Amino acid sequence: MNWTWFHKLASPPHAYRIASRLAPWFGWPAFLLIAAGLYGGLVLAPADYQQGDAFRIVYVHAPSAWLSMLVYGTMAAAAAIGLIWRMKLAHAVAAASAPIGASFTFLALATGSIWGKPMWGTWWVWDARLTSELLLLFLYAGVMALRASIDDRDRADRASALLAIVGVVNLPIIHYSVYWWNTLHQESTLTKIGKPSMAGDMLWPLLTMLLGFTLYFGAVLLLRLRAEILRRERDASWLRSEIGR
Amino acid sequence: MTEFLNMGGYGAFVWPCFALAGFVLIWNVIAASRLHAAARERALQRAGAGEGGR
Repeated sequence: MNWTWFHKLASPPHAYRIASRLAPWFGWPAFLLIAAGLYGGLVLAPADYQQGDAFRIVYVHAPSAWLSMLVYGTMAAAAAIGLIWRMKLAHAVAAASAPIGASFTFLALATGSIWGKPMWGTWWVWDARLTSELLLLFLYAGVMALRASIDDRDRADRASALLAIVGVVNLPIIHYSVYWWNTLHQESTLTKIGKPSMAGDMLWPLLTMLLGFTLYFGAVLLLRLRAEILRRERDASWLRSEIGR
Repeated sequence: MTEFLNMGGYGAFVWPCFALAGFVLIWNVIAASRLHAAARERALQRAGAGEGGR
């Protein structure tokens, strides 16, 4: 197998240029999809027969919860690639992912809490879904704090990568918590096989938001990756010609 | 319009969620752009200092 493309992609100047070029291709579709999803979710979708208009919170809650896990998976995969193949760019991807994931985990927790108040009568319960998602926020915080606390970059990369990889065990716990334990949190709406539990006019804005948020993550990750590459390569000769323009 | 803002009596819960989401979405873009601008500035300074020292 020819691995030239892999080595080329892993070279910082090449990755920097690709990230700059690709970011708008993720960003603009994300913007349009999120705008369409917002209109569909807030205006076109009918109120839920049980939850009334409060159900509309799902249009920001579910996509942020999805991103909280997708970003963690991306961060851990990048960390593993960085550890196994000693690829510095992969560590840069992991470092760029952490704050994005933490922000969406916070958003999932906050919107879930606000949704819980009118539906469950409480802002918070220590049930399996909520507690494991809170643990995810602590994992992100731990990965970022560990990286920040070690001055030597290679050691910081390796240590935070190990923690990120160990924390992956939390992802299936979050996902299956609503099935394994009797939780207050409702079961998932979308991943039920063969049983569409949401009407079409409520469903399409949700799918649009999920895709929009996913592309948005791609765009923001690329933007952060550029900054991360600049920080790591600040003395490299290629940088002068690249940013001097 | 008032009816829309009222959200069937759940406006006080629905709108803060969308406002928070908007804040997080915008914050991520601004934070990333600022990081990039700062890193670029530092790299340019170092490049300038390096050339001046020669």
